[in-house]
Amino acid sequence: MSMTEQRSTSALLYLSGVTVSFDGFKALNNLSLLVEPGEMRAIIGPNGAGKTTMMDVVTGKTRPDEGEVVFDGKADLTKLDEADIATLGIGRKFQKPTVFENHTVRDNLLLALAGLRSWYKLLLAAPTKAENARLDDILSIIRMEPQQHMLAARLSHGQKQWLEIGMLLAQDPKLLLVDEPVAGMTDVETETTAQVLREINKTHSVVVVEHDMSFVRALGVKVTVLHEGSMLAEGTLDQVSADPRVVEVYLGR
Amino acid sequence: MFFLRLLERFAIGWNRSRFHPIANARTGDAGSRGTSRPADSSRTGCALAGVSSALAAVLIAATAWAADLQTLVTNLTTGGFGDRETAIGALAASGDARAAPILEALGAGQLYVRKSDNAVVIGRPDGNQLALTDAITGKSAGAGNEAELDRVRVNNRLRGVIEAAVGSLTLMSPDPRVRRDAADSLFKRPDPAALTALDAAVAAEKDARIKAAFTEARAAVVLVSDATKQQKLEALEIVRERGNRDALSVLQAAINSASDPEIKAAATAAAASVRQTLAAWEAAQNVWYGISLGSVLLLAAIGLAITFGTMGVINMAHGEMVMLGAYTTFVVQDIIRTSAPHLFDASLVIALPLAFVVAGLVGIAIERGIIRFLYGRPLDTLLATWGLSLVLQQAVRSIFGPSNREVGAPSFMSGAFQVGQITVTYGRLWIVVFSLVVFAALILVLRKTPLGLYMRAVTQNRPMASTMGIRTPRVDALTFGLGSGIAGLAGVALSQIDNVSPNLGQGYIIDSFMVVVFGGVGNLFGTLVGATALGIVNKFLEPYAGAVLGKILVLVFIILFIQRRPRGLFALKGRSVE
Amino acid sequence: MITRFLWQGMGRNLRLGVLFVLAIGIILPLLNQLMPASSALYVPAWVLQLIGKYLSFASLALAVDLVWGFCGILTLGHAAFFALGGYCMGMYLMRQIGSRGQYGNPLLPDFMVFLNYKELPWFWHGFDQFWFAAIMIVAVPSLLALALGWFAFRSRVTGVYLSIITQAMTFALMLAFFRNDMGLGGNNGMTDFKDILGFSVQADSTRAALCFASALVLAIFLVIAGAVVGSRFGKALTAVRDAESRMRFLGYRVEGYKLFVFVLSAAMAGVAGALYVPQVGIINPSEFSPGNSIEAVLWVAVGGRGTLIGPVIGAVAVNFGKTWLTGALPEVWLFALGALFIAVTLFLPRGIVGLWAQIRNRDTARKAKVPA
Repeated sequence: MSMTEQRSTSALLYLSGVTVSFDGFKALNNLSLLVEPGEMRAIIGPNGAGKTTMMDVVTGKTRPDEGEVVFDGKADLTKLDEADIATLGIGRKFQKPTVFENHTVRDNLLLALAGLRSWYKLLLAAPTKAENARLDDILSIIRMEPQQHMLAARLSHGQKQWLEIGMLLAQDPKLLLVDEPVAGMTDVETETTAQVLREINKTHSVVVVEHDMSFVRALGVKVTVLHEGSMLAEGTLDQVSADPRVVEVYLGR
Repeated sequence: MFFLRLLERFAIGWNRSRFHPIANARTGDAGSRGTSRPADSSRTGCALAGVSSALAAVLIAATAWAADLQTLVTNLTTGGFGDRETAIGALAASGDARAAPILEALGAGQLYVRKSDNAVVIGRPDGNQLALTDAITGKSAGAGNEAELDRVRVNNRLRGVIEAAVGSLTLMSPDPRVRRDAADSLFKRPDPAALTALDAAVAAEKDARIKAAFTEARAAVVLVSDATKQQKLEALEIVRERGNRDALSVLQAAINSASDPEIKAAATAAAASVRQTLAAWEAAQNVWYGISLGSVLLLAAIGLAITFGTMGVINMAHGEMVMLGAYTTFVVQDIIRTSAPHLFDASLVIALPLAFVVAGLVGIAIERGIIRFLYGRPLDTLLATWGLSLVLQQAVRSIFGPSNREVGAPSFMSGAFQVGQITVTYGRLWIVVFSLVVFAALILVLRKTPLGLYMRAVTQNRPMASTMGIRTPRVDALTFGLGSGIAGLAGVALSQIDNVSPNLGQGYIIDSFMVVVFGGVGNLFGTLVGATALGIVNKFLEPYAGAVLGKILVLVFIILFIQRRPRGLFALKGRSVE
Repeated sequence: MITRFLWQGMGRNLRLGVLFVLAIGIILPLLNQLMPASSALYVPAWVLQLIGKYLSFASLALAVDLVWGFCGILTLGHAAFFALGGYCMGMYLMRQIGSRGQYGNPLLPDFMVFLNYKELPWFWHGFDQFWFAAIMIVAVPSLLALALGWFAFRSRVTGVYLSIITQAMTFALMLAFFRNDMGLGGNNGMTDFKDILGFSVQADSTRAALCFASALVLAIFLVIAGAVVGSRFGKALTAVRDAESRMRFLGYRVEGYKLFVFVLSAAMAGVAGALYVPQVGIINPSEFSPGNSIEAVLWVAVGGRGTLIGPVIGAVAVNFGKTWLTGALPEVWLFALGALFIAVTLFLPRGIVGLWAQIRNRDTARKAKVPA
């Protein structure tokens, strides 16, 4: 009844009644979530609240036992695999920076660059002028032109984070899922990262999963609190931190 | 006093021989009936001849009978094969117990006529010569060689006739096993002439199982006799209930020879029913063979389930741990043979702890020396342990030689018994029991001991376990040692059913991995189910596809299965998998 | 476009390697053919045979490296592809014997006469033609790799599971080929070959030609592998090796990459096997044994995985050692081989080539430090 109604909403990402269980343990329990186009959303929650599982479900790594996951009003993500979903325009940044260590910085960006994915075309393709120009652009945005021919393995931790953000820019997704982007960062780096994310958010929708409250505050966006696989509260950070249930989950027991 | 005791013995012998009731039951052939009692008793009775006047008459009759037997036996040795068949029939019809050994000797080609005196003798090989016994008196008749004797020849047809004849003759034997065999042989070769003897035997038999066998044999005989339709239909029912392969051939013969359509139809139905019974037994037999194979797979795989399943270490030298266990058994038996032969039956029990320790220590050495440097690099671990397996094989080859070593079976492992139509060998049975005991012990170790607790802790969360004060390197080494030691135990069991050679382990490594992967990595019960299932599937495929093709099919099946469920039958789900 | 494709992977080292292989393949056979037997420069035919064998092993090693070194798939079944190529060649060679066999049957090979075959099994038809055999040499291993890879990669079987599956595959094939009713010579396999393309396999000139062919094929394989690895495909391939799931989240259909390189590699192994068989004069089911596959992996590990020249160096070095040791101290060989496995994985994970690069890096690092 309301399903068709909901589907026709303008939501970019639509989760409804999603349940995932591992050996009887419900990692997600009837979770529903809406992300509008152009929105940036922060998702917080204690350990084991289901944040990472939610990302796995959206990116096709885990299939939900129940529920609907719809992208861009039409694509049923529960039926697609990672590669399909990535091609549809959902990018994911992992908690641990994962760049291709045995490739140069430039090759890392080239691999991420939206466009060619099929193996037989790649056998014969050389980077086009447009592609090279785009790579130069991104390199200058992430300020890594001097390191572009360096192997990614030799980059510092912070540089790897930057490279990964560059890769996300190259991938140019409609929706970007970011998993704990500031874990292990200094305050200054955290601040810069928040800036970059806001910058990215001008042209992309972003979902950020984060522990760090000051970072979430710096983002200044709508916050969803997960707890035991379900949504506990939603609103501005001030609203949710005033919610007694949230306080109990974070501080209580 | 003495006399009375003798009489008593006489009576007992008589009773035991069960000739009395039969003699009453018989209708025709009065002469042989009258003489048959003392004839059988003469072994005990002859000594009494001069003592008891009461027995004199009996003895006279016995002598008369002996003469009678003489004629019958002489008839055996003269004339062509046709005459011989008649003579066999006559001898069998005499019902004399001594006729049985004579006929058996004839069937075995051991009945001779001595050229010097035309005496009929039984010759059994004794060195280069033949030890002779007089066929009629049963007394030793010295020795002789083939040149001095004429063999009484028989052909295959006659052998059949003889077997049937012996069957009916031995129905009255005092030895229950002989009676049973007689019933079986009559069942296989029903002879209408034996019907009366069988009737008597059925009536006289006290042992219920043998009685049933007699009844079945009688039914088979009825089917080939000219009994009435009603009798034949009843007989068909009895044969059907026997339900084995012999019953099927009896029924088949009945179908082929039946002229009455009703009997033919009944026999056909009975045969179908027997085939069903047979198929059920065959399935049961396959299940048993499958369980037996499964227990071997379980033994080989269970150690791997520890090292691969819980530690994630690919030990390609696992098979060599099994081999070391088998060679430990060999060494133990070798020492026992030379220095304490009376302990031979205990050799396996002595070998078990030694094999566990030997393989376990080698395993610990491997873990400390090689594997611990390769954690997190499973493919490199695979290569290094493969290299290690080559070294171990070559080492064993250098020490013990490349050929198979003889490992004997203690007495409790040899022999077999029958369950319904299934033959169960003790060796296989013990291995099944042993594998389950090892499995149960392992579960106990994992669940109830501190080592098991530490092992599970380290498997689940190494850094956490480490901060809790568990010495993870030591736990790793012990876990690996435990897995290897169990492989050594498996080696002791496998030494009983496989060739103990340097290549012993190679044959098991792929199978073991298949079992662990099929059952689900990190799940011991999965390993149990996987091993049993693969064993049974293998044995059910074998009759249709042959052993080799069956094995190939199983491999292909597992390859396809892993495609469908890469994590095995009982997969662990969740984050811990990654 | 093809030339551009083939040249794109041509680094300096690879070019040198290809030229060196070709030089061996041209000079040694020429010395055999042109020099008198008394000359110090004369190369006897058995040396050519040995070199030819090493070169075909090097092709196999390169094939293994392509999937293992560049795509991270540790295959323990490449001996199966090698042996299948070898069997295809063996079938061709058997058909060339014609009525010169012991039983003199013009159509049926000796073992079939011996086993009372009445007619040629269907899969033997066409193998009297070299072109057909040549197609099969490539097609049979490729199809098997395609089938296995399609199942395995699609269901995301990776790591040691894949290794075990490939090993089970070659094990199953070995059992199958041991059977007489496979119609492929059973236990004894095929041997007593007479002619190849009309030339006697025993002749020195044929040996020289086969040695040259092995070198040429290896050189071509090096160029192809270099081109594949050096292309954008190759970049994606190594990225799959290093972080498979990351590639999926970037939208790459990882299965296609793996499958292509697996099939290509199987075809290369098949051709290598086809060159091997006429040079050693026999093919039997023991070529399928799992040990052979793992030995090929060792060549790659010794030479240096993930490099193109490494497997060639490794294959030649290990096999030279094998030839020498099995002749001089046969009982030591398995000890040495086993120890080599352990030593390489523990102490030399990047192989000889990696060691050389390490030393050179240390040198350059030292040099770099001095002026600073």
